[in-house]
Amino acid sequence: MVTLGDYLLVSGMLFTIGFAGVMVRRNIVIILMSLELMLNAANLSLVAFSRYHVQPGGLPNYSAQIFVFFIITVAAAEVAVGLAIIVALYRARQTTHVEDINSLKF
Amino acid sequence: MPAYLFWPFALLMLVFGAAVVINRNPVASALSLVVSFLGLAALFMSLDAYFVGIIQVLVYAGAVMVLFLFIIMLLDLRVEKLRKINWVATTGGAVVALALLIQIFYVVGNFKAASQPFPPLTRSTIDDVHNIGSLLFSSYNLPFQVIGVLVLVATIGVVVLSKRELR
Repeated sequence: MVTLGDYLLVSGMLFTIGFAGVMVRRNIVIILMSLELMLNAANLSLVAFSRYHVQPGGLPNYSAQIFVFFIITVAAAEVAVGLAIIVALYRARQTTHVEDINSLKF
Repeated sequence: MPAYLFWPFALLMLVFGAAVVINRNPVASALSLVVSFLGLAALFMSLDAYFVGIIQVLVYAGAVMVLFLFIIMLLDLRVEKLRKINWVATTGGAVVALALLIQIFYVVGNFKAASQPFPPLTRSTIDDVHNIGSLLFSSYNLPFQVIGVLVLVATIGVVVLSKRELR
């Protein structure tokens, strides 16, 4: 029997993978991908809670799913802007390695 | 969706999620990300959230993955040269992530509702696009418009950032 706790644990593990990616990796594109993993881990726990809180009409709580819809929209916008910044940075410095980008002004 | 399909898809999602972080080749990372998100979409379906599952596939496996691959190929990122690994940063990051995982296990273990099965739905959610849509355009109308403005700002920002000369 799959319980709410199983979904929350899987969501937590996915979040931890994304978090470790942000902490450990030095390629800025991979860091952006790890950010996406963390956002989606949050989405999974939101949808699990939505399914857990069945409304009196016998339907899941759709407010959480609307929240997930907003998060997906924000994440897509964030990826677009983030990748545009990476392209601009690459034009200026010819690198995507965060340790090569350690000064605010050059 | 039957309950025994939960663990295969959860495992698929976690293994390919780890592959995103472990792979040194950015293209392999991006493709692992897609497989991970497909597993996640299957988990959404198992929670009777069909609309969110479909949106996940369309937006992530469709749009975001293409964007990532486009940027990787535009910048011509190759397999990273083996740099000297900064062991202090790597160990520190791994320890912090492990502490976070232990904390999550502890919190979920102490959470009373976590050990109970999901209550049954008395109505099918196969038409949840209709339900989400009517809620989105009534109770959540203002956030919906704000998100529209956000997307517009992101579009303009990307166009400005992508200009050849930044001033």
